[in-house]
Amino acid sequence: MTAYLLRRTALLVVSLLLAGMVLFLLLRLLPGDPANSLLSVGATPDQIAAARHQIGSDRPLPEQFASWLGQMAALDLGASFVSTLPVGPEIASRLVVTVPLTLLAFLLAVVIAVPVGFLAAHRAGTWYGSLLSALSQLGVAVPVFWVGMLLITVFSLSLGLLPAGGFPQDDWASPADALTSLTLPVVTVALVMSASLIRYVRSATLDVLGADYLRTARALGSSFTRAMWRHGLRNAVVPVVSILGIELATTFLGAVVVESVFALPGLGSMLVKGFAQHDYPVIQGVLVVSTLGVLLIGFAADVVQRLIDPRLRRSLAREAG
Amino acid sequence: MTAPLIGEAEAAAPPARRRVPRSVTLLTGCVLAGLVVAVAVVSLFWLPYAPDDTSGDRLMPPGLPHLLGTDKLGRDLLTQLMIGARVALEAGAGSVLIGGVAGLAGGLVAGFATRWMDDALSAFLDILIAFPTVLLAMLVTAARDASLGSAIIAIGLAMSAIVARLARVLVKRVLAQDYITASRTSGTSWPRIVVTHVLPNIWPTLSVNLALQFGLAVLAEASLSYLGLGTPPPNASWGRMLQEAQASVFIAPAGVIAPGVLLVVLVVGVNLIADGVRDVADPTRRRTR
Repeated sequence: MTAYLLRRTALLVVSLLLAGMVLFLLLRLLPGDPANSLLSVGATPDQIAAARHQIGSDRPLPEQFASWLGQMAALDLGASFVSTLPVGPEIASRLVVTVPLTLLAFLLAVVIAVPVGFLAAHRAGTWYGSLLSALSQLGVAVPVFWVGMLLITVFSLSLGLLPAGGFPQDDWASPADALTSLTLPVVTVALVMSASLIRYVRSATLDVLGADYLRTARALGSSFTRAMWRHGLRNAVVPVVSILGIELATTFLGAVVVESVFALPGLGSMLVKGFAQHDYPVIQGVLVVSTLGVLLIGFAADVVQRLIDPRLRRSLAREAG
Repeated sequence: MTAPLIGEAEAAAPPARRRVPRSVTLLTGCVLAGLVVAVAVVSLFWLPYAPDDTSGDRLMPPGLPHLLGTDKLGRDLLTQLMIGARVALEAGAGSVLIGGVAGLAGGLVAGFATRWMDDALSAFLDILIAFPTVLLAMLVTAARDASLGSAIIAIGLAMSAIVARLARVLVKRVLAQDYITASRTSGTSWPRIVVTHVLPNIWPTLSVNLALQFGLAVLAEASLSYLGLGTPPPNASWGRMLQEAQASVFIAPAGVIAPGVLLVVLVVGVNLIADGVRDVADPTRRRTR
C-alpha cells in the first residue's frame, strides 16, 4: 500500500505540473496582451511597453512559466488586473459558495441514486424497475440549467417558497439564510447528477446480482439481504467509487453553470467574469484551483478503491514485489 | 470483442428471455432523434419566417400567424426552434467528428505504446480529462470568438481525450489476442493489422460511446450558449433561446418550454439508439435486462 501511495502521489505531482503547463500555455496563447486591460483606448507605444513590463508579459515564455510556477508553489495566485485585488482571498471567498454547493449536491445525488439504482436493478423487468430506468434515462438528457430554470419557475416565481437566486452578503453568518438560498441550486445539480449515478449503481448491482458467489451464498442458505450485505455490497461499491470521483468533478462543473442560473457569487461566476474581462490572474487562479481539486478527487477515489478492494491491493503487491 | 463473436452471440441469445424486445429501444430512439433531424432538414429548405424577421409583436402567445408565438424581439419562435435544431445537430456531429477522429488516432498511438510511453500518454490523457469541457471551451472561445465553430472545436477536443482513453483500452485488448500474434508471425504489417483486425473489433463499442458523446456534446453546446459562449445571433441555439426566454417565463412560457423539450427529445433519442445498438452488440448486457 505504501508503494502504491508513493507511486500515486508521484503521478499526482507530475499531473499537477503538466496540468499547470497546459493551463499556462493555453492562457498565454490567447489573443490580446494582458497588459491591454491596464490601458485606455488611445495608449501610446511607450505606455504599452511600460504596462507590458509591469505585468511581465514582455519576458520570454519559459521565464514567465518559471516565475509563475514559483508563485503557485508559494500559493501566490497574483492580483487581478482589473480590480488589483489579490486573487487568492477572492477565490477563498468564492469557495465558500461553490464547495458547499458541490458537496451538498453530491451527497444528495448519492442519497437519491444508491437506493433508486439498487431498486431499478433488483426490480428490473417489473413496471417500476423500468420506470426508474426510464426516469434516469430522461435525467441524463436534461440540461442542468434548464432544470434550474424550471425549478425557479415553480418554487420561486409560482409558489414563492424559495429565493430565485443570490446569496447572503455575509455568507454563512446566518446558516439558515445561506442554506435557503442554496436549496434550489443544490436540488438542481443533485437531480441531474443522480440520473447518471443511478445508471452506474444499477449496472453495478446488476453485475453483482448475476454473480456466481451470490448464487452460492444463497444456495448455502443465506437470506437475500444477508448475502447482499456480506458479499454483494462490497463488490458493487468498487466500480461505483471509481465513478464517484469523476461524478464529483462533474458535479463541480454543473455547479459552475448552475451558479449563473441562480446568480450565486461562486467560482463559476468569477470565471465567467474573468473571461469577459481577459483577466488572466483571475482565470488562471480559478482554473488552477479547480484543476487541483479535480486531480485531488481522482487521487482520493483511486486510494479509496484500493482500500475497499483487496484484489487490487494484492495485484499491486505482486507488481511491486 | 471480436467481430464474428457478435454474430455468434446473436444466434445464441435466447430471444424468449428478453422482457423488452430490443427493437423498442432502438425504434423509440430513432423516432425521437429522427424527429429533430427532420425538423433540421426542413429548416434548410423552408422556414415560416426569415431568421431575423422581427415583424411580429414582442412575446406573442402561441397562435396564428406565429404558431408558437414570438420572442422578446418579435422573432418567430418556431423559426428559431427549427434553426436551433440544425445548430444542435451541427454541434453534435461536428464535435463527434473532431473528438472521434482525434480520439481514435490518440487511442491507437497509446494502444500501441508500451512501458513509459504508455504511462506518459495515459497520464497525459488523464490530465486532459481533468479539464472539464466547459472550462476548456471557455479557453477556446476566449482565444477565438464566441461562435458555433469555437464551441465545436472545444467540445471535440475535450471529447477526444475521453474517446482516446476508451480506444486505448480497446486497442490493447485486441492486441493481446492470439490471432494478432498469428497475423504478425505470418508477416502482416502493423498498418494492415490496424485496418483488418483492430478497427473492426473496437468499432462496435466505440460507436456506442460516440453516440453517447453526441448527446453530451449537444448538451455542452447548449450550456455554452446559455453562458453566452456559444452560437452568436442571428443563428439561434436552443441554449441561448432558453437564456433569453428566462426573464419572461410567465408572459411567454413557450420560449422556456419548447427549446428544453426539444433538447431532451434529441438527447434521449440518441442515447436510446446507443443503448439499442449496445444491446444488439453485447449479449451479456441483454441477458441482465
